[in-house]
Amino acid sequence: MNYLKLSGLEPLVVTPEANFINVGERTNVAGSKKFLRLIKEGAFGDALSIAREQVEGGAQILDVNFDDGLLDGKACMVRFLNLIAAEPDIARIPIMIDSSKWEILEAGLQVVQGKCVVNSISLKEGEDVFLRQAKAIRRYGAAVIVMAFDETGQADTYERRLEIVQRSYELLTRQAKFPEEDIIFDLNIFPVATGMDEHRRNAVDFIEATRWVRHQFPAVSVSGGVSNVSFSFRGNDTVREAMHSVFLYHAIKAGMNMGIVNPSMLTVYDEIPEELLLLVEDVMLDRREDATERLLDYSERNKGTKKERTEDLAWREQPLQARVTHALVKGDDRFIEVDVEEARQQVTRPLDVIEGHLMTGMGVVGDLFGSGKMFLPQVVKSARVMKKAVAYLQPFIEAAKDQRQKAAGKILMATVKGDVHDIGKNIVSVVLGCNNYEIVDLGVMVPAEKIIQTAIDEQVDIIGLSGLITPSLDEMEYLAEELARRKLEFPLLIGGATTSRAHTAVKISPKYPHAVIHVADASRAVNVVSSLLSDRKAEYVDRIATEYAGVREGFRKGLAAKEYVSLAEARVEKFAIDWTAEPLIAPRQPGVQVIEQQDLAALVPYIDWTPFFRSWDLHGRFPKILDDDVVGEQARQLYADAKQLLQELISGNWLTAKAIFGLFPAAATEDDDIHVQDGDRSFTFHTLRQQHKKAAGQPYLALSDFIAPQSESLQDYMGAFCVTTGFGADEKAAEFAAAHDDYNAIMVKALADRLAEAFAEYLHEQVRKNAWGYASGETLDTKALIAEQYAGIRPAPGYPACPDHQEKRTIWELLRVQETIGVELTESLAMWPAASVSGYYFAHPQAKYFGVGRMTDEQLADYARRKNVSIEQARKWLRPNLLS
Amino acid sequence: MKNTTSLYKSLGHRILVLDGAMGTMIQRYKLDEADYRGRRFADWSSPLKGNNDLLSLTRPDIIEAIHREYLEAGADIIETNTFSGTTIAMADYGMEALVTELNYESARMARQVCDEYTAVNPQKPRFVAGSIGPTNKTASLSPDVNDPGFRAVTFEDLRVAYRQQALALLDGGADLLLVETIFDTLNAKAALFAIDELAEERGEAIPIMVSGTITDASGRTLSGQTAEAFLISVSHLPLLSVGFNCALGAAQLLPYLETLASKSEFYISAYPNAGLPNAFGQYDETPDAMAAQVQTYFEKGLINIIGGCCGTTPAHIQALAELAAIYSPRRVKQDAAVSSPVL
Repeated sequence: MNYLKLSGLEPLVVTPEANFINVGERTNVAGSKKFLRLIKEGAFGDALSIAREQVEGGAQILDVNFDDGLLDGKACMVRFLNLIAAEPDIARIPIMIDSSKWEILEAGLQVVQGKCVVNSISLKEGEDVFLRQAKAIRRYGAAVIVMAFDETGQADTYERRLEIVQRSYELLTRQAKFPEEDIIFDLNIFPVATGMDEHRRNAVDFIEATRWVRHQFPAVSVSGGVSNVSFSFRGNDTVREAMHSVFLYHAIKAGMNMGIVNPSMLTVYDEIPEELLLLVEDVMLDRREDATERLLDYSERNKGTKKERTEDLAWREQPLQARVTHALVKGDDRFIEVDVEEARQQVTRPLDVIEGHLMTGMGVVGDLFGSGKMFLPQVVKSARVMKKAVAYLQPFIEAAKDQRQKAAGKILMATVKGDVHDIGKNIVSVVLGCNNYEIVDLGVMVPAEKIIQTAIDEQVDIIGLSGLITPSLDEMEYLAEELARRKLEFPLLIGGATTSRAHTAVKISPKYPHAVIHVADASRAVNVVSSLLSDRKAEYVDRIATEYAGVREGFRKGLAAKEYVSLAEARVEKFAIDWTAEPLIAPRQPGVQVIEQQDLAALVPYIDWTPFFRSWDLHGRFPKILDDDVVGEQARQLYADAKQLLQELISGNWLTAKAIFGLFPAAATEDDDIHVQDGDRSFTFHTLRQQHKKAAGQPYLALSDFIAPQSESLQDYMGAFCVTTGFGADEKAAEFAAAHDDYNAIMVKALADRLAEAFAEYLHEQVRKNAWGYASGETLDTKALIAEQYAGIRPAPGYPACPDHQEKRTIWELLRVQETIGVELTESLAMWPAASVSGYYFAHPQAKYFGVGRMTDEQLADYARRKNVSIEQARKWLRPNLLS
Repeated sequence: MKNTTSLYKSLGHRILVLDGAMGTMIQRYKLDEADYRGRRFADWSSPLKGNNDLLSLTRPDIIEAIHREYLEAGADIIETNTFSGTTIAMADYGMEALVTELNYESARMARQVCDEYTAVNPQKPRFVAGSIGPTNKTASLSPDVNDPGFRAVTFEDLRVAYRQQALALLDGGADLLLVETIFDTLNAKAALFAIDELAEERGEAIPIMVSGTITDASGRTLSGQTAEAFLISVSHLPLLSVGFNCALGAAQLLPYLETLASKSEFYISAYPNAGLPNAFGQYDETPDAMAAQVQTYFEKGLINIIGGCCGTTPAHIQALAELAAIYSPRRVKQDAAVSSPVL
């Protein structure tokens, strides 16, 4: 047997197990005075909230009705259903298009993509009209409610119901070829306990007719408007709720599987007081002559208190940022002004609310969208909330005269020549429009010349290009070349399904010396555009350029994966620094220095938390991860625990932090070695050179390139260091483990690791500013430090720039690490305690991190020779970097 | 000549192979504006490069050659070059008036080539599927965020446009109609409405393939429906088949095909892209790699019609055809298959 299947954005299959399908009725002008009033006032947005409450309240189908003499029912139906389509959390359930007028039903059918229910048709106007409408409904792909109504009137007895059902069923299935599972009979629920004898069997007849219909035609459904049954007890909700529950209890057992019920007007059958239950059942099932009087009497004695039930507003209890984010993610604008006002009072400039609270929320939207957890209509909704919030703030922003108001930018949007796809571009346009940017939309198939000319004429701030088909990529490259050729400087946004960060970085960005940014999706557009138009633009553009350079580097590596140049060639094409360009700076305090006991508290601000979360398998950047939809809660908990333990760890002096470092005269040799002189002791660091083939003009890097060669006129320097925060960590972890507290055992080690990294960061800063002093004027915050925005590098042996762990031994000898601070090297050259970091210092501003990658056997042999070890020994340590 | 009966017969006992990408093949010719224009449209006021449907009139030699390549590769069903052949999509080029001619000529050409191949090997009859694309407007989404209730196109606009296209395709000789690359189910419902009206007026059964597009990992269509909700929304007509195409590669498409196969009694079709696009928007999945993934479909018995979308070539289709020949088609309930052609 086939089941009734309906759909909104999601399916609804009415299986026998589904028991009862609850149809929400508050979006019905006949069912809700409030809804009628809102529609009459044209407040469709608030009317949508009623729909949302219905869905959140558990409605599985949404009944929508605009049959009111004073309304243009057709226009209202189309408008409201179109608005619902833009609200995924409402549109996920199927729609029941409810009207007594065919033209309204048909207008509704034309705007709903899912399989909906038409409510209703009947034989009232005869067979011809009935069949014509049924056929059209079938063609529109909807199910239908058939009222028990015919040319002579509404069925109000058991027999009349059966007669009309039988006739309607035959006509629909035989003549209109209507699938029986798509038929729903409304068998007319009439009030009981009206005081009139002919109404006494109203509920019983409905229930019995239902039983017959479901037995005779098992595939069809039976529905009805439940609240009718308690009509005579208006004003006493306690009794009404009990009546609804009792009626449903029996009707559902008889086979009623769908109904219009206000969930807030229902009580649980088992929770109805015994006395009331008996009285109500007597009425429903017509069991006593005086049933009605007895229930009325009860009703008089127990005037029910009106119950208020509302949607779940628990999210309103959350902290401000969580509320703002919730509103943006859910697209719920009802409280946004209140929340934004609260935020405004907490910040110094109204603009901070936009750049802080709102952008944080939009960032979450972007992430959810990017990971497929939100989809387009939702993002557009989020943008609407954003707009409302910005509009609220606008007067405050303008009133605060002392602050420079950011001009809303002007953005040109176009789908490039040869491409007609514009849905994505339009969404970006509207999202930006929502955020107070002026959009100049040139439409589709726009030639590069027109885009450029318009950009000049309109003096736009940014050009946004979109394309979906492959050739559009070439067109975008062409446009970038044209901009460059004409020496224009418009920032360029690249978007659309075939575009990618890699393509933008590799193919477009190099053709245009100004900002070129790939925008992965619409929700990210606002962040990108606001960054480009802010006073942080230069920094932002630089960051993107660096990122893209990295992408290009990575891409070239991939491309040249199989091609390697000889060591000699690579050395010729080394990274050539012009040593005369700027003076080499001698350390203020050369030689070795030791920190016997470092204050841990001073290291806390240098902690990079992101790897900490990663170590617990929570992926995401700190601090955003704390608001992460999926792992956020866990991340917040973990963070709180970590901070707590960190506090104890510091105040309890659980760990001892030590460091040693030295700064020495150094000189590079022709064959990639670096000679270091400590008084009369000499040491040599052996570095490795990139060999994977690169584009012409690109250097093959080795760390020795960052040190000046031996020469009369030049004296260069380099440093080495080792820090540890690990003394005590193992013991403390063992204590926790012994107390069966693995959580804190792991935590204490994870924190020690973070502190070691923080110490390395802290020490590097001290060295740059003081001991070496080449960057004494530097001021960088933690974020900038993590982003490695300082001059000079501190690569560590075993990491990509110097993959040979053996070099640690040289550091240990040079600094006398073990003798001085006690950090040891294990047989496999791991450091003990584990929470330790060691490495080199290179000070030259052009020094940068890189990966050596793979090398040929030629370099292996050369390296072994220089290091004076056997090829086998060298091979053992360099295996991951060898081709063979 | 049209050959609906043998279409059902063939589907009953083997997996049919649909052709591969048209756009990808056209790109190989590296056509310029002049090629698109031909002599006839040399003075047309708007740029025409990219109007692939137009090539049926200005470079029929190319379109015919592509059809032949796919037939040689083993395709049973050839799609007409009419993906954008509605007044709505052609409005971008100001070519609304050419819609009937474009569709008729495209169908006629495909018909002619197919008949030629059928004549040579009657054991392997070839069929023409009239391609009906999604148009470039959506009936369920507003292009104006400030007015989410706004629609750039109505059901009635779409119904009229689809009707014109379908009629010309049928008159040109299409065996079946393929409503494809469905981003917005409401657009597809308008097409189905129009086709059902035509079927009634012409008094003939029109086999219809419906093929939606799951846009990304969210598992939904652009208009937000899940695979099952989509299926339910288009199941009111006796379809020849339902399936998915485009946007995803064969591996990514699998779970959604499984949903369809487990929930539907129609034949199931699939014509995925040649993988996901690489960084340069190119589809570089090899025929063997694609076939290996499609083999999973066959092993699971999910499929009745298999083909390729973006990035697939005759080599891909040949690989799929060779594989399809050794597997059994998905079995559908007898009554569903038999009742399908009856209106």
